[in-house]
Amino acid sequence: MEFPKDIKYTREHEWVREDGDTVVVGITDYAQDALGDVVYVELPQEGGSVTKDEPFGVVESVKAVSDLYAPISGTVVEVNDAIVDSPEVINEDPYGDAWMVKVRPGNPDEIEDLLTADEYQKYIEEEK
Amino acid sequence: MELKRTPLYEVHAGLGARFVEFAGWEMPVRYKGVMEEHRAVRSSCGLFDVSHMGEIEIRGVGALEAVELITANRASGLKDRQCQYTFILNRDGGVVDDVVLYRFSAERFILCVNASNTDKAYGWIRENVSGMADVRDVSLEYAQFALQGPGAEKILKPHVASDISRIKYYHFEVTEVANELAVVSRTGYTGEDGFEIYLEPSMAIKVWKVIMFEGKKLGGVTPCGLGARDTLRLEMGYPLYGFELNEDITPLEAGLGRFVCLGKERFIGKEALVRQAADGVEKTLVGLEMDEPGIPRPHYKVFKDNDEAGEITSGSFSPSLERAICMGYVKSSLKAPGTAVEIEVRGKRKKAHVVRPPFYHRPGGRPGAEGGE
Repeated sequence: MEFPKDIKYTREHEWVREDGDTVVVGITDYAQDALGDVVYVELPQEGGSVTKDEPFGVVESVKAVSDLYAPISGTVVEVNDAIVDSPEVINEDPYGDAWMVKVRPGNPDEIEDLLTADEYQKYIEEEK
Repeated sequence: MELKRTPLYEVHAGLGARFVEFAGWEMPVRYKGVMEEHRAVRSSCGLFDVSHMGEIEIRGVGALEAVELITANRASGLKDRQCQYTFILNRDGGVVDDVVLYRFSAERFILCVNASNTDKAYGWIRENVSGMADVRDVSLEYAQFALQGPGAEKILKPHVASDISRIKYYHFEVTEVANELAVVSRTGYTGEDGFEIYLEPSMAIKVWKVIMFEGKKLGGVTPCGLGARDTLRLEMGYPLYGFELNEDITPLEAGLGRFVCLGKERFIGKEALVRQAADGVEKTLVGLEMDEPGIPRPHYKVFKDNDEAGEITSGSFSPSLERAICMGYVKSSLKAPGTAVEIEVRGKRKKAHVVRPPFYHRPGGRPGAEGGE
Protein backbone atom coordinates (compact mmCIF):
# COMPACT_ATOMS: atom_id res chain seq x y z
CA MET A 1 0.00 0.00 0.00
CA GLU A 2 1.40 3.38 -1.03
CA PHE A 3 1.33 6.65 0.95
CA PRO A 4 3.19 9.29 -1.10
CA LYS A 5 4.78 11.95 1.11
CA ASP A 6 4.17 14.91 -1.23
CA ILE A 7 0.36 14.91 -0.80
CA LYS A 8 -2.16 15.48 1.99
CA TYR A 9 -4.94 13.11 3.06
CA THR A 10 -8.42 13.08 4.61
CA ARG A 11 -10.10 10.65 7.00
CA GLU A 12 -12.57 9.97 4.18
CA HIS A 13 -9.67 8.57 2.10
CA GLU A 14 -9.23 11.37 -0.42
CA TRP A 15 -5.84 12.85 -1.27
CA VAL A 16 -4.92 16.44 -2.17
CA ARG A 17 -1.90 17.64 -4.16
CA GLU A 18 -1.08 21.34 -4.38
CA ASP A 19 -0.40 22.46 -7.94
CA GLY A 20 0.15 26.20 -8.28
CA ASP A 21 -3.03 28.02 -7.26
CA THR A 22 -5.20 24.89 -7.57
CA VAL A 23 -5.32 21.57 -5.76
CA VAL A 24 -5.78 18.16 -7.38
CA VAL A 25 -8.09 15.67 -5.61
CA GLY A 26 -8.35 11.91 -5.86
CA ILE A 27 -8.95 8.80 -3.70
CA THR A 28 -6.19 6.91 -1.92
CA ASP A 29 -4.65 3.54 -2.69
CA TYR A 30 -6.25 2.25 0.51
CA ALA A 31 -9.68 3.44 -0.69
CA GLN A 32 -9.45 1.81 -4.12
CA ASP A 33 -8.25 -1.43 -2.56
CA ALA A 34 -11.12 -1.45 -0.07
CA LEU A 35 -13.67 -0.75 -2.81
CA GLY A 36 -12.43 -3.37 -5.26
CA ASP A 37 -13.06 -3.12 -9.01
CA VAL A 38 -14.34 0.41 -9.61
CA VAL A 39 -17.02 0.44 -12.31
CA TYR A 40 -18.70 3.84 -12.04
CA VAL A 41 -17.75 7.42 -11.15
CA GLU A 42 -19.87 10.54 -10.98
CA LEU A 43 -18.04 13.88 -10.79
CA PRO A 44 -19.24 17.48 -10.47
CA GLN A 45 -19.52 19.97 -13.34
CA GLU A 46 -16.64 22.27 -14.17
CA GLY A 47 -17.32 25.70 -12.67
CA GLY A 48 -19.38 24.25 -9.82
CA SER A 49 -18.45 24.74 -6.20
CA VAL A 50 -17.61 22.14 -3.57
CA THR A 51 -17.85 22.45 0.20
CA LYS A 52 -15.39 20.94 2.66
CA ASP A 53 -16.65 17.62 4.09
CA GLU A 54 -19.70 17.61 1.76
CA PRO A 55 -20.17 14.97 -0.98
CA PHE A 56 -19.07 16.15 -4.42
CA GLY A 57 -19.37 12.89 -6.34
CA VAL A 58 -19.66 9.15 -6.03
CA VAL A 59 -17.49 6.16 -6.80
CA GLU A 60 -18.94 2.66 -7.11
CA SER A 61 -17.35 -0.75 -7.30
CA VAL A 62 -19.19 -3.91 -8.32
CA LYS A 63 -20.46 -4.28 -4.76
CA ALA A 64 -20.06 -0.92 -2.99
CA VAL A 65 -21.20 2.68 -3.28
CA SER A 66 -19.03 5.37 -1.74
CA ASP A 67 -19.51 9.13 -1.64
CA LEU A 68 -16.57 11.39 -2.45
CA TYR A 69 -16.13 14.12 0.17
CA ALA A 70 -14.53 17.44 -0.66
CA PRO A 71 -11.27 17.86 1.29
CA ILE A 72 -11.57 21.66 0.99
CA SER A 73 -14.09 24.25 -0.22
CA GLY A 74 -13.64 25.94 -3.57
CA THR A 75 -14.46 26.08 -7.26
CA VAL A 76 -14.06 23.13 -9.62
CA VAL A 77 -11.78 24.28 -12.44
CA GLU A 78 -11.17 20.95 -14.17
CA VAL A 79 -12.76 17.49 -14.15
CA ASN A 80 -11.05 14.26 -15.25
CA ASP A 81 -13.63 12.96 -17.71
CA ALA A 82 -11.27 10.14 -18.77
CA ILE A 83 -11.98 8.22 -15.54
CA VAL A 84 -15.73 8.43 -16.11
CA ASP A 85 -15.18 6.45 -19.32
CA SER A 86 -12.50 4.18 -17.80
CA PRO A 87 -13.17 3.88 -14.04
CA GLU A 88 -10.74 0.96 -13.77
CA VAL A 89 -7.90 3.52 -13.87
CA ILE A 90 -8.85 4.33 -10.26
CA ASN A 91 -7.68 0.85 -9.26
CA GLU A 92 -4.60 1.01 -11.46
CA ASP A 93 -3.18 4.47 -10.72
CA PRO A 94 -5.04 6.16 -7.85
CA TYR A 95 -2.41 8.88 -7.26
CA GLY A 96 -1.70 9.59 -10.92
CA ASP A 97 -3.98 9.17 -13.95
CA ALA A 98 -7.00 8.71 -11.70
CA TRP A 99 -7.03 12.24 -10.30
CA MET A 100 -10.66 13.36 -10.13
CA VAL A 101 -11.04 17.13 -9.95
CA LYS A 102 -8.91 20.27 -9.74
CA VAL A 103 -10.23 22.83 -7.29
CA ARG A 104 -9.33 26.48 -6.73
CA PRO A 105 -9.45 26.76 -2.92
CA GLY A 106 -11.79 29.28 -1.35
CA ASN A 107 -9.76 29.23 1.83
CA PRO A 108 -6.18 27.96 1.35
CA ASP A 109 -5.77 27.54 5.13
CA GLU A 110 -8.03 24.47 4.93
CA ILE A 111 -5.18 22.57 3.27
CA GLU A 112 -3.13 22.91 6.45
CA ASP A 113 -5.77 20.99 8.40
CA LEU A 114 -5.37 17.85 6.27
CA LEU A 115 -3.37 14.81 7.33
CA THR A 116 0.23 14.13 6.38
CA ALA A 117 1.17 10.75 4.89
CA ASP A 118 2.37 9.51 8.28
CA GLU A 119 -0.77 10.70 10.07
CA TYR A 120 -3.00 9.09 7.46
CA GLN A 121 -1.13 5.80 7.57
CA LYS A 122 -1.45 5.76 11.35
CA TYR A 123 -5.15 6.59 11.09
CA ILE A 124 -5.74 3.63 8.75
CA GLU A 125 -3.89 1.23 11.02
CA GLU A 126 -6.03 2.34 13.95
CA GLU A 127 -9.21 1.98 11.88
CA LYS A 128 -8.48 -1.64 10.91
CA MET B 1 -21.54 -13.09 18.62
CA GLU B 2 -18.37 -14.64 17.30
CA LEU B 3 -18.45 -15.32 13.59
CA LYS B 4 -18.28 -18.90 12.37
CA ARG B 5 -15.45 -19.93 10.08
CA THR B 6 -15.34 -22.70 7.50
CA PRO B 7 -12.59 -25.34 7.65
CA LEU B 8 -10.87 -23.43 4.82
CA TYR B 9 -10.51 -20.09 6.61
CA GLU B 10 -6.71 -20.27 6.83
CA VAL B 11 -6.46 -21.37 3.20
CA HIS B 12 -8.50 -18.34 2.12
CA ALA B 13 -6.39 -16.02 4.27
CA GLY B 14 -3.25 -17.48 2.67
CA LEU B 15 -4.70 -16.69 -0.76
CA GLY B 16 -5.12 -13.04 0.27
CA ALA B 17 -8.90 -13.16 0.63
CA ARG B 18 -10.84 -10.19 1.90
CA PHE B 19 -13.49 -11.43 4.32
CA VAL B 20 -17.04 -10.29 4.96
CA GLU B 21 -19.66 -11.17 7.55
CA PHE B 22 -22.45 -13.15 5.93
CA ALA B 23 -25.25 -14.83 7.89
CA GLY B 24 -23.06 -15.19 10.98
CA TRP B 25 -20.08 -16.51 8.99
CA GLU B 26 -16.78 -14.90 8.16
CA MET B 27 -16.62 -15.66 4.44
CA PRO B 28 -14.24 -14.72 1.62
CA VAL B 29 -15.90 -12.01 -0.48
CA ARG B 30 -13.06 -11.77 -2.99
CA TYR B 31 -9.46 -12.78 -3.53
CA LYS B 32 -8.01 -10.82 -6.47
CA GLY B 33 -11.18 -9.11 -7.59
CA VAL B 34 -14.84 -9.75 -8.31
CA MET B 35 -14.51 -9.00 -12.03
CA GLU B 36 -11.64 -11.43 -12.56
CA GLU B 37 -13.33 -14.18 -10.52
CA HIS B 38 -16.65 -13.66 -12.28
CA ARG B 39 -15.04 -13.89 -15.72
CA ALA B 40 -13.07 -16.99 -14.74
CA VAL B 41 -16.35 -18.80 -13.99
CA ARG B 42 -17.90 -17.69 -17.30
CA SER B 43 -14.84 -18.63 -19.37
CA SER B 44 -13.08 -21.48 -17.53
CA CYS B 45 -13.55 -22.55 -13.93
CA GLY B 46 -13.96 -21.14 -10.42
CA LEU B 47 -13.96 -22.82 -7.01
CA PHE B 48 -16.15 -21.45 -4.20
CA ASP B 49 -16.15 -22.44 -0.55
CA VAL B 50 -19.85 -22.48 0.33
CA SER B 51 -19.52 -24.42 3.56
CA HIS B 52 -21.75 -21.86 5.26
CA MET B 53 -24.76 -23.44 3.55
CA GLY B 54 -26.88 -25.54 5.89
CA GLU B 55 -28.00 -29.16 5.48
CA ILE B 56 -31.10 -30.65 7.09
CA GLU B 57 -31.69 -34.38 6.91
CA ILE B 58 -35.16 -35.95 6.91
CA ARG B 59 -35.18 -39.69 7.54
CA GLY B 60 -37.55 -42.53 8.20
CA VAL B 61 -40.46 -44.38 6.62
CA GLY B 62 -42.46 -41.16 6.59
CA ALA B 63 -39.66 -39.06 5.07
CA LEU B 64 -41.23 -38.63 1.63
CA GLU B 65 -44.57 -37.73 3.16
CA ALA B 66 -42.87 -35.19 5.43
CA VAL B 67 -40.96 -33.64 2.52
CA GLU B 68 -44.17 -33.39 0.47
CA LEU B 69 -45.85 -31.57 3.35
CA ILE B 70 -43.15 -28.99 3.96
CA THR B 71 -42.02 -28.30 0.37
CA ALA B 72 -44.06 -26.74 -2.43
CA ASN B 73 -42.64 -28.56 -5.46
CA ARG B 74 -43.65 -32.18 -6.16
CA ALA B 75 -41.08 -34.43 -4.50
CA SER B 76 -42.86 -37.71 -5.34
CA GLY B 77 -41.65 -37.63 -8.94
CA LEU B 78 -37.99 -37.63 -7.88
CA LYS B 79 -35.81 -40.68 -8.34
CA ASP B 80 -32.97 -41.64 -6.01
CA ARG B 81 -29.94 -39.34 -6.53
CA GLN B 82 -32.00 -36.59 -8.04
CA CYS B 83 -32.17 -32.95 -6.81
CA GLN B 84 -34.96 -30.41 -6.97
CA TYR B 85 -35.21 -26.67 -6.42
CA THR B 86 -38.18 -26.07 -4.10
CA PHE B 87 -39.61 -23.85 -1.36
CA ILE B 88 -40.46 -24.19 2.30
CA LEU B 89 -43.49 -21.92 2.77
CA ASN B 90 -45.40 -20.53 5.70
CA ARG B 91 -49.18 -20.78 5.85
CA ASP B 92 -49.55 -17.45 4.02
CA GLY B 93 -47.48 -18.79 1.15
CA GLY B 94 -44.47 -16.65 2.15
CA VAL B 95 -41.03 -18.16 1.66
CA VAL B 96 -39.45 -19.56 4.84
CA ASP B 97 -36.53 -20.67 2.67
CA ASP B 98 -35.70 -21.63 -0.90
CA VAL B 99 -33.79 -24.89 -0.93
CA VAL B 100 -32.33 -27.69 -3.01
CA LEU B 101 -33.78 -31.06 -2.09
CA TYR B 102 -31.58 -34.18 -2.45
CA ARG B 103 -33.30 -37.58 -2.57
CA PHE B 104 -30.96 -40.35 -1.40
CA SER B 105 -33.87 -42.80 -1.09
CA ALA B 106 -37.58 -42.69 -0.33
CA GLU B 107 -36.56 -42.78 3.35
CA ARG B 108 -33.71 -40.27 3.31
CA PHE B 109 -33.63 -36.71 2.00
CA ILE B 110 -31.31 -33.79 2.60
CA LEU B 111 -32.33 -30.17 2.14
CA CYS B 112 -29.55 -27.72 1.33
CA VAL B 113 -30.74 -24.53 3.02
CA ASN B 114 -29.49 -20.95 3.12
CA ALA B 115 -26.96 -20.19 5.86
CA SER B 116 -29.11 -17.30 7.03
CA ASN B 117 -32.09 -19.64 7.44
CA THR B 118 -30.58 -22.84 8.78
CA ASP B 119 -31.82 -22.49 12.36
CA LYS B 120 -35.20 -21.13 11.32
CA ALA B 121 -35.81 -23.80 8.67
CA TYR B 122 -34.74 -26.56 11.04
CA GLY B 123 -37.14 -25.32 13.72
CA TRP B 124 -39.95 -24.92 11.23
CA ILE B 125 -39.53 -28.42 9.78
CA ARG B 126 -39.33 -30.09 13.20
CA GLU B 127 -42.43 -28.27 14.34
CA ASN B 128 -44.44 -29.29 11.29
CA VAL B 129 -43.42 -32.88 10.65
CA SER B 130 -43.13 -34.10 14.21
CA GLY B 131 -43.93 -37.78 14.41
CA MET B 132 -43.68 -38.28 10.63
CA ALA B 133 -39.89 -38.48 10.28
CA ASP B 134 -36.58 -37.85 12.03
CA VAL B 135 -35.27 -34.36 11.35
CA ARG B 136 -31.63 -33.47 12.01
CA ASP B 137 -29.55 -30.39 11.38
CA VAL B 138 -26.44 -31.99 9.84
CA SER B 139 -24.82 -28.72 8.73
CA LEU B 140 -21.68 -29.33 10.79
CA GLU B 141 -21.17 -32.71 9.12
CA TYR B 142 -20.60 -31.14 5.70
CA ALA B 143 -18.21 -28.73 4.10
CA GLN B 144 -19.42 -27.65 0.67
CA PHE B 145 -17.62 -26.47 -2.47
CA ALA B 146 -19.03 -25.28 -5.75
CA LEU B 147 -16.83 -25.88 -8.81
CA GLN B 148 -18.42 -23.83 -11.57
CA GLY B 149 -17.69 -23.04 -15.18
CA PRO B 150 -17.35 -24.66 -18.60
CA GLY B 151 -14.10 -26.31 -17.47
CA ALA B 152 -15.55 -27.82 -14.28
CA GLU B 153 -16.12 -31.36 -15.58
CA LYS B 154 -12.65 -31.67 -17.06
CA ILE B 155 -11.05 -30.35 -13.84
CA LEU B 156 -13.02 -32.53 -11.45
CA LYS B 157 -13.25 -35.77 -13.41
CA PRO B 158 -9.76 -37.18 -12.70
CA HIS B 159 -10.38 -36.98 -8.93
CA VAL B 160 -13.77 -38.66 -8.69
CA ALA B 161 -14.19 -42.41 -8.29
CA SER B 162 -17.27 -42.55 -10.51
CA ASP B 163 -17.75 -41.09 -13.99
CA ILE B 164 -19.08 -37.58 -13.39
CA SER B 165 -19.76 -36.98 -17.07
CA ARG B 166 -22.77 -39.28 -16.54
CA ILE B 167 -24.25 -37.10 -13.79
CA LYS B 168 -27.11 -35.18 -15.39
CA TYR B 169 -28.15 -31.65 -14.40
CA TYR B 170 -29.84 -31.68 -10.99
CA HIS B 171 -28.69 -35.23 -10.25
CA PHE B 172 -25.99 -36.45 -7.89
CA GLU B 173 -23.75 -39.36 -6.93
CA VAL B 174 -22.44 -40.54 -3.60
CA THR B 175 -18.84 -41.21 -4.51
CA GLU B 176 -15.25 -40.31 -3.62
CA VAL B 177 -13.39 -37.12 -4.46
CA ALA B 178 -9.63 -37.37 -3.95
CA ASN B 179 -10.34 -40.68 -2.18
CA GLU B 180 -12.66 -39.05 0.35
CA LEU B 181 -16.36 -39.83 0.63
CA ALA B 182 -18.42 -37.08 -1.00
CA VAL B 183 -21.75 -36.18 -2.51
CA VAL B 184 -21.26 -34.67 -5.98
CA SER B 185 -24.24 -32.97 -7.60
CA ARG B 186 -24.48 -31.25 -10.97
CA THR B 187 -25.95 -28.08 -9.51
CA GLY B 188 -24.90 -24.51 -8.91
CA TYR B 189 -25.84 -20.88 -8.61
CA THR B 190 -23.93 -19.35 -11.50
CA GLY B 191 -25.76 -20.39 -14.70
CA GLU B 192 -22.69 -22.35 -15.79
CA ASP B 193 -22.16 -26.08 -15.91
CA GLY B 194 -20.62 -27.25 -12.68
CA PHE B 195 -20.78 -29.30 -9.53
CA GLU B 196 -21.39 -28.92 -5.85
CA ILE B 197 -19.38 -31.19 -3.58
CA TYR B 198 -20.39 -32.06 -0.02
CA LEU B 199 -17.76 -33.70 2.14
CA GLU B 200 -16.57 -34.21 5.68
CA PRO B 201 -15.16 -30.92 7.04
CA SER B 202 -11.89 -32.55 8.15
CA MET B 203 -11.20 -33.46 4.50
CA ALA B 204 -12.04 -30.01 3.11
CA ILE B 205 -8.50 -28.62 2.94
CA LYS B 206 -7.12 -31.74 1.31
CA VAL B 207 -9.81 -31.88 -1.39
CA TRP B 208 -9.66 -28.11 -2.02
CA LYS B 209 -5.89 -28.33 -2.55
CA VAL B 210 -6.14 -31.33 -4.86
CA ILE B 211 -8.69 -29.54 -7.07
CA MET B 212 -6.72 -26.27 -7.06
CA PHE B 213 -3.26 -27.70 -7.68
CA GLU B 214 -4.20 -30.45 -10.14
CA GLY B 215 -6.51 -27.97 -11.86
CA LYS B 216 -3.53 -25.82 -12.80
CA LYS B 217 -2.50 -28.38 -15.41
CA LEU B 218 -6.00 -28.46 -16.89
CA GLY B 219 -6.57 -24.80 -17.64
CA GLY B 220 -6.62 -23.43 -14.12
CA VAL B 221 -9.06 -23.01 -11.27
CA THR B 222 -9.70 -19.54 -9.83
CA PRO B 223 -10.73 -19.28 -6.17
CA CYS B 224 -13.94 -17.22 -6.06
CA GLY B 225 -15.66 -15.37 -3.23
CA LEU B 226 -19.20 -14.39 -2.39
CA GLY B 227 -18.86 -11.22 -4.47
CA ALA B 228 -18.58 -13.13 -7.73
CA ARG B 229 -21.20 -15.62 -6.55
CA ASP B 230 -23.62 -12.71 -6.23
CA THR B 231 -22.90 -11.09 -9.62
CA LEU B 232 -23.07 -14.49 -11.34
CA ARG B 233 -26.45 -15.35 -9.85
CA LEU B 234 -27.78 -11.85 -10.57
CA GLU B 235 -26.88 -12.15 -14.26
CA MET B 236 -28.99 -15.31 -14.34
CA GLY B 237 -31.89 -13.67 -12.50
CA TYR B 238 -31.66 -16.22 -9.67
CA PRO B 239 -33.22 -15.00 -6.42
CA LEU B 240 -31.21 -14.60 -3.21
CA TYR B 241 -33.03 -15.11 0.07
CA GLY B 242 -33.21 -11.88 2.06
CA PHE B 243 -33.26 -9.85 -1.15
CA GLU B 244 -35.75 -11.27 -3.68
CA LEU B 245 -37.34 -13.68 -1.19
CA ASN B 246 -38.61 -13.42 2.35
CA GLU B 247 -41.55 -14.54 4.48
CA ASP B 248 -43.81 -11.81 3.06
CA ILE B 249 -43.15 -12.77 -0.57
CA THR B 250 -44.66 -15.78 -2.32
CA PRO B 251 -43.04 -17.81 -5.13
CA LEU B 252 -45.82 -16.60 -7.45
CA GLU B 253 -44.85 -12.97 -6.85
CA ALA B 254 -41.22 -13.93 -7.44
CA GLY B 255 -42.15 -15.45 -10.81
CA LEU B 256 -41.10 -18.89 -9.58
CA GLY B 257 -44.46 -20.62 -9.86
CA ARG B 258 -42.90 -23.36 -12.00
CA PHE B 259 -41.21 -24.65 -8.83
CA VAL B 260 -44.56 -24.91 -7.03
CA CYS B 261 -46.97 -27.78 -7.62
CA LEU B 262 -50.48 -26.53 -6.88
CA GLY B 263 -51.84 -29.90 -8.08
CA LYS B 264 -50.26 -31.64 -5.08
CA GLU B 265 -52.77 -32.95 -2.55
CA ARG B 266 -51.40 -30.85 0.28
CA PHE B 267 -48.42 -28.78 1.37
CA ILE B 268 -48.03 -25.95 3.84
CA GLY B 269 -48.90 -22.71 2.09
CA LYS B 270 -50.99 -24.33 -0.64
CA GLU B 271 -54.32 -22.68 0.23
CA ALA B 272 -52.80 -19.20 0.17
CA LEU B 273 -51.10 -19.83 -3.17
CA VAL B 274 -54.24 -21.31 -4.76
CA ARG B 275 -56.08 -18.15 -3.72
CA GLN B 276 -53.31 -15.92 -5.03
CA ALA B 277 -53.11 -17.84 -8.31
CA ALA B 278 -56.83 -17.17 -8.82
CA ASP B 279 -56.75 -13.52 -7.73
CA GLY B 280 -53.48 -12.62 -9.43
CA VAL B 281 -50.46 -10.98 -7.83
CA GLU B 282 -50.20 -7.24 -7.15
CA LYS B 283 -46.43 -7.09 -7.47
CA THR B 284 -44.06 -9.12 -9.61
CA LEU B 285 -40.31 -9.66 -9.62
CA VAL B 286 -38.78 -8.37 -12.85
CA GLY B 287 -35.37 -7.71 -14.31
CA LEU B 288 -34.46 -4.13 -15.18
CA GLU B 289 -31.70 -2.58 -17.24
CA MET B 290 -30.58 1.02 -17.00
CA ASP B 291 -30.86 3.31 -20.02
CA GLU B 292 -28.81 6.06 -18.35
CA PRO B 293 -25.57 5.97 -16.35
CA GLY B 294 -25.93 4.83 -12.75
CA ILE B 295 -26.00 1.56 -10.84
CA PRO B 296 -29.26 0.52 -9.18
CA ARG B 297 -28.86 -0.89 -5.67
CA PRO B 298 -31.17 -2.63 -3.18
CA HIS B 299 -34.01 -0.44 -1.85
CA TYR B 300 -33.81 2.16 -4.63
CA LYS B 301 -37.35 3.11 -5.65
CA VAL B 302 -38.95 2.48 -9.03
CA PHE B 303 -41.25 5.10 -10.54
CA LYS B 304 -43.76 5.09 -13.39
CA ASP B 305 -45.14 8.46 -14.50
CA ASN B 306 -44.05 10.06 -11.21
CA ASP B 307 -45.84 7.43 -9.10
CA GLU B 308 -43.86 5.07 -6.91
CA ALA B 309 -44.26 1.68 -8.55
CA GLY B 310 -41.74 -0.63 -6.93
CA GLU B 311 -38.41 -1.26 -5.26
CA ILE B 312 -35.07 -2.74 -6.32
CA THR B 313 -34.00 -5.90 -4.47
CA SER B 314 -30.55 -6.56 -6.03
CA GLY B 315 -28.48 -4.49 -8.41
CA SER B 316 -24.94 -4.40 -9.68
CA PHE B 317 -22.67 -3.72 -12.57
CA SER B 318 -22.74 -6.86 -14.70
CA PRO B 319 -19.17 -8.02 -15.40
CA SER B 320 -20.28 -10.09 -18.41
CA LEU B 321 -22.51 -7.47 -20.03
CA GLU B 322 -20.56 -4.44 -18.80
CA ARG B 323 -23.69 -2.54 -17.91
CA ALA B 324 -25.87 -2.05 -14.85
CA ILE B 325 -28.59 -4.65 -14.18
CA CYS B 326 -31.00 -5.23 -11.33
CA MET B 327 -34.05 -7.07 -10.10
CA GLY B 328 -36.95 -5.65 -8.19
CA TYR B 329 -40.64 -5.86 -7.41
CA VAL B 330 -42.93 -3.66 -9.51
CA LYS B 331 -46.68 -3.38 -9.88
CA SER B 332 -47.76 -6.35 -11.97
CA SER B 333 -49.16 -4.05 -14.66
CA LEU B 334 -45.55 -3.03 -15.44
CA LYS B 335 -44.07 -6.51 -15.79
CA ALA B 336 -44.06 -6.71 -19.61
CA PRO B 337 -40.53 -6.67 -21.08
CA GLY B 338 -39.75 -3.30 -22.62
CA THR B 339 -41.89 -1.32 -20.17
CA ALA B 340 -40.18 2.02 -19.51
CA VAL B 341 -39.77 3.05 -15.86
CA GLU B 342 -37.49 5.28 -13.81
CA ILE B 343 -35.23 4.27 -10.94
CA GLU B 344 -34.29 6.83 -8.33
CA VAL B 345 -30.49 6.65 -8.00
CA ARG B 346 -29.31 8.81 -5.09
CA GLY B 347 -32.00 11.44 -5.59
CA LYS B 348 -32.07 11.43 -9.39
CA ARG B 349 -34.59 9.57 -11.53
CA LYS B 350 -32.87 7.58 -14.26
CA LYS B 351 -34.48 5.83 -17.20
CA ALA B 352 -34.65 2.04 -17.18
CA HIS B 353 -36.71 -0.68 -18.81
CA VAL B 354 -38.07 -4.08 -17.85
CA VAL B 355 -36.34 -7.17 -19.24
CA ARG B 356 -36.96 -10.87 -18.84
CA PRO B 357 -34.06 -12.56 -16.99
CA PRO B 358 -31.65 -14.18 -17.50
CA PHE B 359 -29.66 -11.08 -18.38
CA TYR B 360 -26.77 -13.23 -19.49
CA HIS B 361 -27.11 -15.98 -22.09
CA ARG B 362 -24.41 -18.61 -22.02
CA PRO B 363 -22.94 -19.41 -25.43
CA GLY B 364 -24.43 -22.78 -26.37
CA GLY B 365 -27.35 -22.50 -23.96
CA ARG B 366 -27.88 -22.97 -20.25
CA PRO B 367 -27.63 -26.11 -18.18
CA GLY B 368 -31.03 -27.76 -17.89
CA ALA B 369 -33.88 -26.17 -16.01
CA GLU B 370 -33.45 -22.90 -14.18
CA GLY B 371 -32.78 -23.03 -10.48
CA GLY B 372 -31.60 -20.93 -7.59
CA GLU B 373 -30.70 -21.32 -4.00
